[in-house]
Amino acid sequence: MEQGYILINKVDNVVTLLRDFEKDEKINVLELGIEFTLLDDVEFGHKVAIKVIRAGDKVIKYGEAIGSSTKEILPGEHVHVQNTVSDRGRGDL
Amino acid sequence: MSAFKGFLREDGSVGVRNHILVLSTVVCANVVAERIARRVRGAVAFCHTNGCGQIGEDLSQTIRTLTGMGRNPNVFGTLIVSLGCEGVAARDILNALARNRNNVELVTIQECGGTSSAIREGERILRGWQKEWKNQRRVPCQLKDLTVGLECGGSDTTSGIAANPVMGYVSDRVVSMGGKVILSETTEMIGAEHLLAARAVNGVLAQKLLEFVKKTEDSAKAMKVDLRGTQPTPGNIKGGLTTIEEKSLGCLAKAGHSRIVEVVGYAEPPTNNGLVIMDTPGYDVESVTGMLAGGAQIILFSTGRGTPVGSPIAPVIKITGNPKTAERMRENIDLDVSGLALGRQSIEEIGDELLALFRKTASGRKTASERLGHTEASITRIGPSV
Repeated sequence: MEQGYILINKVDNVVTLLRDFEKDEKINVLELGIEFTLLDDVEFGHKVAIKVIRAGDKVIKYGEAIGSSTKEILPGEHVHVQNTVSDRGRGDL
Repeated sequence: MSAFKGFLREDGSVGVRNHILVLSTVVCANVVAERIARRVRGAVAFCHTNGCGQIGEDLSQTIRTLTGMGRNPNVFGTLIVSLGCEGVAARDILNALARNRNNVELVTIQECGGTSSAIREGERILRGWQKEWKNQRRVPCQLKDLTVGLECGGSDTTSGIAANPVMGYVSDRVVSMGGKVILSETTEMIGAEHLLAARAVNGVLAQKLLEFVKKTEDSAKAMKVDLRGTQPTPGNIKGGLTTIEEKSLGCLAKAGHSRIVEVVGYAEPPTNNGLVIMDTPGYDVESVTGMLAGGAQIILFSTGRGTPVGSPIAPVIKITGNPKTAERMRENIDLDVSGLALGRQSIEEIGDELLALFRKTASGRKTASERLGHTEASITRIGPSV
């Protein structure tokens, strides 16, 4: 895993970074043959999209839905609270 | 071959520690309980803010928790400290504990005539136990004698990737040797409950588990806000966790791959050996207290952000998968498992390392939270004060 990311399940559309990355660094997801350039600075432990996630699509990690995107997310974009919401415990809706 | 050495109690249970518990029944008795514990070797106080102004199941749950703490195998003897007029019936706890244990006494502040005389009376009782307490010797025990509580607190994304899977490895081992393992924190099953339900040994259990999770989610939703105001916590979010579903899926790894044999309420002791689910909040200190009251002698605790919390009566083994936390909060961490996340160590390698530490801890090796004197505890509430 020295390439600095972990893909937990092959159906996931995000990877988790295992070091701090800077914008414009390249990531090559060997397991899937996907290569992209980071569009944001992303910290250790945070997630990056590896595929296009359209607005309203499920964000997938551990092979399971962890929430829904609120806007289109491109490969290399930081996936977090600014573009992903929870589908559970939503007393506000 | 024995797995560890522990203290055999008169009811047949096995303690990994030999504490004298000074059990406060109500906030009004906390100071007296603390001062008694401070005066006698081996004594530790269990203080909390419950005990009065409670009704119904909220009150029963507090009584069940207090009784369970006294019944915990890590406890050599229990001195109950009561004010005398509180809602919790101290004498009922005394009677319940005295059924299977020898060293159980009650000091009532109003009957003693105030703070100083209650402290003196408590100290006198505990001094009377000292000789027998000191003579307790560890004997060879097996993993089947243990109930292990699984906890995570101050999680980040490394918890689900490294620390929790390593705990899952040890959890599976304890289950395979005939021990009990408790997975708690119902809030942190939201979004992963379908995977847990599929592991229940029968449909009734699966249904009970799904109902616990629904009840917890409904009570959060009744507050009319997004659960993300607190779950994941602000620290979880800073650590990369985006939603409760993501946190839950990571939490699940603590429980390894065993089947679920029982589902119990807060502070209820499991009756079956194997992996058990306990209905507790995601608030870690309340969850740990519930598992200790349910009989857990030892807690495996993963943390990503780092947390110092311990327990008055049990060793809490802190495991982190975050290399920065392992460095920054070194004195609070028992095992750094970041090698798993970084791909430098296999799960078997690092899992066996945790298992070895676990056995040493059960035999008396002090954990970071014990060395630093952390004794945090809290009993969860399910109703408002009245």
